[in-house]
Amino acid sequence: MIEIICSGIGGQGVLVAGMVLADIAMEDGKNVSWYPSYGFEMRGGAANCEVKIGDEDLQSPYCYEPDILLTMSESAIDSFEERLKPGGVLLVNSSLVNPDRKYRDDIKVIKVPATDIANKLDNHRGTNIIMLGALAGASDLYDVDHVRDGMNHYFEKKGKNNPKNVAAFDAGAEAAAQQI
Amino acid sequence: MAKVLMKGNEALAESCLRAGCRFFSGYPITPQTEILEYLCWRMDEVGGDCVQTESELAGVNMLLGAAAGGMRALTTTAGPGFSLKQEGISYLCGSDLPAVIVDVQRIGDALGDIFMGQGDYWQLTRGGGHGDYRTIVLAPESVQESVDLAYGAFDLAEKYRHPVLIATDATIGQMIEPVELPPMTEHDVDTYDWALKPREEGEPQRAIWNRYWDWEDGGRKYPAYCLEKYGKMEAEEQRWECVQTEDAEIVMVAYGTSARVAKSAIAIARKEGIKLGLLRPITLWPFPQKAFDELEAGGKVKAILDVERNILGQMKDDIVLATGNRIPVEFYGEYWDNMNEFKIVEYVKEMLGRY
Repeated sequence: MIEIICSGIGGQGVLVAGMVLADIAMEDGKNVSWYPSYGFEMRGGAANCEVKIGDEDLQSPYCYEPDILLTMSESAIDSFEERLKPGGVLLVNSSLVNPDRKYRDDIKVIKVPATDIANKLDNHRGTNIIMLGALAGASDLYDVDHVRDGMNHYFEKKGKNNPKNVAAFDAGAEAAAQQI
Repeated sequence: MAKVLMKGNEALAESCLRAGCRFFSGYPITPQTEILEYLCWRMDEVGGDCVQTESELAGVNMLLGAAAGGMRALTTTAGPGFSLKQEGISYLCGSDLPAVIVDVQRIGDALGDIFMGQGDYWQLTRGGGHGDYRTIVLAPESVQESVDLAYGAFDLAEKYRHPVLIATDATIGQMIEPVELPPMTEHDVDTYDWALKPREEGEPQRAIWNRYWDWEDGGRKYPAYCLEKYGKMEAEEQRWECVQTEDAEIVMVAYGTSARVAKSAIAIARKEGIKLGLLRPITLWPFPQKAFDELEAGGKVKAILDVERNILGQMKDDIVLATGNRIPVEFYGEYWDNMNEFKIVEYVKEMLGRY
């Protein structure tokens, strides 16, 4: 079973990042649950989703020992770093996090300046896709090409695949790969 | 049929349409709003009506009108809105009208909050409206079970000419899981001879009113009719799931999302050699008495643990009634935090020291 938490601020697209992973799992024939949590705000409040993926029957939809934690804000790290499984992967959007921040020493921390990369690519809403690429590049639970295909398939099914997504995804994957 | 990823609320709404529901009236409230939002566009596609009413009260009363006309009708709400529906549910029961009412439970009394909770058990199972009635209450634990139970709920309502309640919760309503949807069906509003319709000259008049007026003796036989109807529900409609109860020394009783977490707790406990099981009521009313009888007959259970997402352990009353106080019953609750399988197992270990 794989547990993933995607967390950030409402409007950054963390729920969509989790949905892409859930969709890939379903298309692979796995059991999956995606559970969101968010505040009252349309934008600016805390938002996260917990994704569980497995070959076996999944029971509790809540993730208490995630293998991967995709964060897009400093507050998301504050909330969830403690839960990460020892040896797990913490993805950090370093554009928005204090560079002197200290992390647990029993986890793998991957810092991706996703907001800066998004600005450079002129794709301001693509930060979540950059982080998704970083997740695929950083975790040995995922294959980069498989996640890229799955992402394209997910957006095509929805009828709107932004051609800028692939560039954003690859930039994230590359940034993560350099740190492994 | 291929599985699709759907949110619990939307999958439930789609399943109701596929069961032939062509009328929805209700008011938005988190965590239920996706049902209304979904039906706003989807009902048009299947030729039904979806009305966003001015209040929950209007929603349930409009539902009553549609049900009186023979339609398969749905209203949905959460927490505070469910309180407002109670008067209408009493009227549906008093008039013998089938309809489906969904409560996507959230946390708290009064306005509470938008987060996950299971605080409506008493109101769901005792009836929050005035008078003397019961309603069948279906409690799914997953998106797929929301679909399956909602699909059958209209048949069940019509079998008894009685409203059926579905109790989901914020987690099941908001979560997305792969789901297989049942086939689309149409419901004929003239299926039943009690449904109101324009009358031809000479045709007998039909009326939807307090049902006891339908007896020429002034309703003297109405109590016996009610007892027979509710007795039949209790005899025929109890549903439950047992998980590893055969050898269990501690049996959890939990429904909805709490039952899912309880199943995760079983997996952890069994690895440590702890004989833990789960009895999951699928009907909250009628409460699965037969399952408790079987459990007691097995003779292995030392104690029962009621696991719920609320403060007072509302279901514990029914467990005590079902076991006649012959088995000790404890309660484990969470309120602000999500139910946690690791904490449940810790509690079970403490419990084993006591029995």
